[in-house]
Amino acid sequence: MTTAPLIEVEDLRIDLDGRSSRVAAVEDVSFRIERGETFGLVGESGCGKSITALALIGLLRRPLSVASGAIRFEGREIQSLSAAEQRDLRGDRIAMIFQEPMTALNPVSPVGRQIAEMFVLHKGKSWREANQLAVEALASVRVPAPERRVNDYPHQLSGGMRQRVMIAIALACGPDLLIADEPTTALDVTVQAEIIELMRNLCAERGTAILMISHDLGLVANVCRRVAVMYAGRIVEQRGSDEIFRACAHPYTQGLVDSLPRLGTRAAHGRSRLREIAGVVPAIADFPSGCRFNPRCAQATEICRTTAPETTWLDAGGLVRCHHHA
Amino acid sequence: MHEAAMRPGDDVILSVQDLAVHFPIGGSLLGHGQRLLRAVDGVDLELKRGECLGLVGESGCGKSTVALSLLGLLTPTRGRIVMDGQPVSGKQSGDRKALARIVQMVFQDPYASLNPRQTVRRTLEDPLRLHGVTARSEIEGRLEAMLKHVGLRPEQAGRYPHEFSGGQRQRIGIARALILNPKIVICDEPVSALDVSIRAQIINLLLELKETLGLSYIMISHDLGVVEHMSDRVAVMYLGRIVETGGWREIFERPAHPYTRTLIAAIPDPLRRAPLATTKGELPNPLNPPDGCAFAPRCRHAEAVCQRAPVPSLETRPDGHAVRCWRADDIAGEAFADAALT
Amino acid sequence: MKLGTSLIIGGLLFALAIVVGLLAPWLAHTDPVMDANLMNAEEPPSWLWWFGTDAQGRDIYSRVVYGARISLTVGIVSQLVNSVIGVTLGLSAGYFGGWWDDIVNGLTNLMLAIPSLIFALAIMAVLGPGLTSLLIALGLTNWSFTCRIARASTLSLKSQGYVQAARVLGYGDLRIMITQLLPNMLGPIIVIGTLGMGSAVLAEASLSFLGLGIRPPFPSWGSMLSEARDQITTAPWLSVFPGLAIFLTVLGLNLLGDGLRDILDPQSRSRRT
Repeated sequence: MTTAPLIEVEDLRIDLDGRSSRVAAVEDVSFRIERGETFGLVGESGCGKSITALALIGLLRRPLSVASGAIRFEGREIQSLSAAEQRDLRGDRIAMIFQEPMTALNPVSPVGRQIAEMFVLHKGKSWREANQLAVEALASVRVPAPERRVNDYPHQLSGGMRQRVMIAIALACGPDLLIADEPTTALDVTVQAEIIELMRNLCAERGTAILMISHDLGLVANVCRRVAVMYAGRIVEQRGSDEIFRACAHPYTQGLVDSLPRLGTRAAHGRSRLREIAGVVPAIADFPSGCRFNPRCAQATEICRTTAPETTWLDAGGLVRCHHHA
Repeated sequence: MHEAAMRPGDDVILSVQDLAVHFPIGGSLLGHGQRLLRAVDGVDLELKRGECLGLVGESGCGKSTVALSLLGLLTPTRGRIVMDGQPVSGKQSGDRKALARIVQMVFQDPYASLNPRQTVRRTLEDPLRLHGVTARSEIEGRLEAMLKHVGLRPEQAGRYPHEFSGGQRQRIGIARALILNPKIVICDEPVSALDVSIRAQIINLLLELKETLGLSYIMISHDLGVVEHMSDRVAVMYLGRIVETGGWREIFERPAHPYTRTLIAAIPDPLRRAPLATTKGELPNPLNPPDGCAFAPRCRHAEAVCQRAPVPSLETRPDGHAVRCWRADDIAGEAFADAALT
Repeated sequence: MKLGTSLIIGGLLFALAIVVGLLAPWLAHTDPVMDANLMNAEEPPSWLWWFGTDAQGRDIYSRVVYGARISLTVGIVSQLVNSVIGVTLGLSAGYFGGWWDDIVNGLTNLMLAIPSLIFALAIMAVLGPGLTSLLIALGLTNWSFTCRIARASTLSLKSQGYVQAARVLGYGDLRIMITQLLPNMLGPIIVIGTLGMGSAVLAEASLSFLGLGIRPPFPSWGSMLSEARDQITTAPWLSVFPGLAIFLTVLGLNLLGDGLRDILDPQSRSRRT
C-alpha cells in the first residue's frame, strides 16, 4: 500500500454564505487519520466539528461550501472527484452514523432490506445473497435473533437497537473510515457503553479507522487514540487522548475539564464551586478577531485580541494554538 | 422510614408514599385486551428542607412520571403525596394553583421551554398577576430582584427569548420557576441541553439559589457527575421502582445494587481510559416486566432466586441506605471499581 | 429579494383595494345607484366615462369603486367569522382531545366533503339574498381549513416545554390556550385567512352572479358581472372592469398570503444554527 495517510485534511476552510456576507465557519483545520486509527473531534455546538465531517464525505450543502484547503483520501483529492466517484466513496470506503438513528433510517423499509441494499449497491451482490449477508451483519452487531429482526421496521426497534442497525449498515461494505457524529448522544448510558464497546471491537477486528465527533470529553477520550479540540471553527489543541485532558495545553481545554462535575471528584475533594468559563459560545457570524477564545479567556492579553495564534508543535507530541500555551 | 422516625416531621418538605401511576394501554372500548403500563409502581420518597434529592435512572424508568405526579399534572393511581404539610390530590384546578406556589420546575430544553412570543417581562409577570400580585411596584420589584438573582440585567426584560443564548435562556427558565417563591424545585435535566462550557455556570447558579432562597431540589438527571455534585441524597430508579436510595456518598462510593454499579461504571471519564461496564440486553418491556427482580435479565450476579417472583423488597440499613436486591449482601464484598479516583 | 416580492405586490394590491373602498365617496365621479341617465347609456370608456357606462347610463368606474366596499366587506368579515369558528373549534379540539375532538373532526370532514359554494348556496336560498345573509352564508362554510391548521398546531405545540411550564405555574386551560398556544399558531392562521379572503371575494362574486348575493341596484363586483352577462359582446367594458377588479384583488390576497407564509411559517424560517 501507499504511505499516504487514510485521510488527510489540510488548511480546510469552510465558508457560510450569509445574506450579505461570507464568513468562515471552519478555518485552518488540518489533521490526518491513519489506517485503523481512532481520532476524535470534540467541541461545542457551532464549533464546526460536524460540518468538517460532512466536508470529508462531500456532503456539504449550500449555504456551506469548501472555500479552500485540501481533503485527501488515500492521497486522492476528494474535491476533484466527480459526483459519481464521491458517491462510490461514501458507503463503500467511508461510512457515517448519526446521532438520531431514527431519522437516518428509512421508516417504511425493513431494516434487513436497508442493510442488504448496501451489498447490492456497492458490492454488486444479488438480493438473495445480500439478504443472507444482512442477517450476518445484524448478528455481527450483536442483535439477538437476527433472522427475525431483519424483517422489523425501524420503529419496532429500541434506540440502541436502531443504532446497532445503523452501525451494521455503515460497516456492511467494510469501509476504511467510519465517521460517527454524536453516535450515542440520544442513548442511555448503559446502552451508550454497549454501543461504544461494539464500535471499538468491530473496528479493531476489521481495521476500520474511526472519526468520532462529540461534545462529550469522556466519550472521546475513551474511544479515540488522538483527539482534536475545536473552538469557534478552529482546532485549538490536538494530542494523544491520554494526555490532552490531563495536561491541557490550551486554556479552553483546561476550562472545559475544570468545569465538568466529574464523577468521584466530590468524594475525593469535597464539593467546591465548579470553575466556570465566562461568556457564551459565539455564533458563526460573531467570531471574535485574534484568538477566538480571547473574550472568554482569563489569560488573554493584547496580542490575543489582535492576532490569531499560529500552530505550535509540542515537545510531547501534538499541537496547540495559543499565544500563552502551557 | 428510618430517618423520618428519628427527625421531627416538619423537617420533611415532601414525602411520597407508595406512589403508583399505571396507564391502560391498547384494548377495545370496553377494556378487553387492555394492558397496564406500570410507569411508576410503589415509590417512596422523602425530601428534607434545603436538601437536593437526585433522581437517576435511564429513560423509561419512571422518573419523569414521578415528577409529573408531584407537579399535579398526572393523577396517580394510588399513593400519598404530602408537600409542605399539605396532601396533594392533583385533581382540581384550584389545587393546582395552590400547588404552583409550592412546587415548580426547571425544564431541560431552554429552547422549547420559553414561549417565543412572550418577552421575559411577560413570562415572569403573568404568573405573578395570576397568583394575585397586582401592585405595579411589587411586580416590578420582584421582577428585578429575580432577574438579578439569576444573573440577568433588568434592562433585558423587554427582550424575546430568541435574543438570548442557550445559557441565558436557561436562566430565564430558572427565574420563571422561582418567581412564585416556591419551596420545592424539580430540575429536569437542567444542563443536558446546554453547551459543555455553559453547564458549570448553571450548576453553580442552581446551588447558589438553593442556599440564598432556601430551596429544596429534586434533581432528575442521567448525568451522574452532575447528580453527585449537587445531591445530598440519591434515589436510583429502574422500571418504575426505586432500586437503591441513600446519601450521595453511599450511592457513589459504596453502591450496593448491581444496576447502580453498572450505571456508575458505564460513564466514560475524560481523564481515565477504561473499559466501560456493559450489561446484557436492554430494558425489559415495561408492559411485560420480568417476574422477579426487574434487573435480573441484565444482571451478571443474577441467580435463580432473582428470576422468580416475588420482587425483592427495598431493605433499609441502619444508615438509611436502602437496596432492593436479593444478593446485595453476597456481592457487597466484591470490590466496586470506583470510577476516577484522582 | 425573493421573499419580499410577492409580499409587496400582494400587499400593495390589497391596500389599493382597501383605500379605494374607504375613499369611494371621494374617488367616485357619480353616485353609483342614483345617477342613472339613459342619455348616457352604454357609453364606451372615454375621458369622460373612464370605464364606460351601463344600460342605465350609470358610471361603471364609480360603481367599481363603490363595489370594492361590498366585496371587501364580504371578504374580510366572512373570513373573520370563519377564522374565529375554525380557531375556536380546532384549538379546543386539539387541546382537550377525546370525544370533543372526535365531534369536531367529524364536522370538519363533513364540511370538507360538501363543496362550500353549494353549501353557501343552500344557506342563501333559505335566508334570501342580501349582504347579511351573504356574510352568514360565507362565514359558516369556509372554516374547515383553519380548523385543521389550528388543531394540528395545537397538537404539536401543546407538548412544548412552555405549555407545560404554564400548567406548572397554575394557568387554567383557557389562559393556556389564549396566551401560550394561540400566539404561536397565528402565523399559519393569518396565511390561511388571507387566502380565504380571496376565495370569499370570489364566492361573493359567484353568488351575486347567480343572483343570490347582493341584489341590484347596489353595486358589488359579482352583481355587476351578473348584470353585464347579456351585453358581453356588445358592451364588453361592463364585465371587463369589475372582472379585473376581482382578479386583481384576489391575486393580491393570494400573493399576500404566500408572502406572509414565507415570513410567518416557522417551517420556512431559517433554523437556528
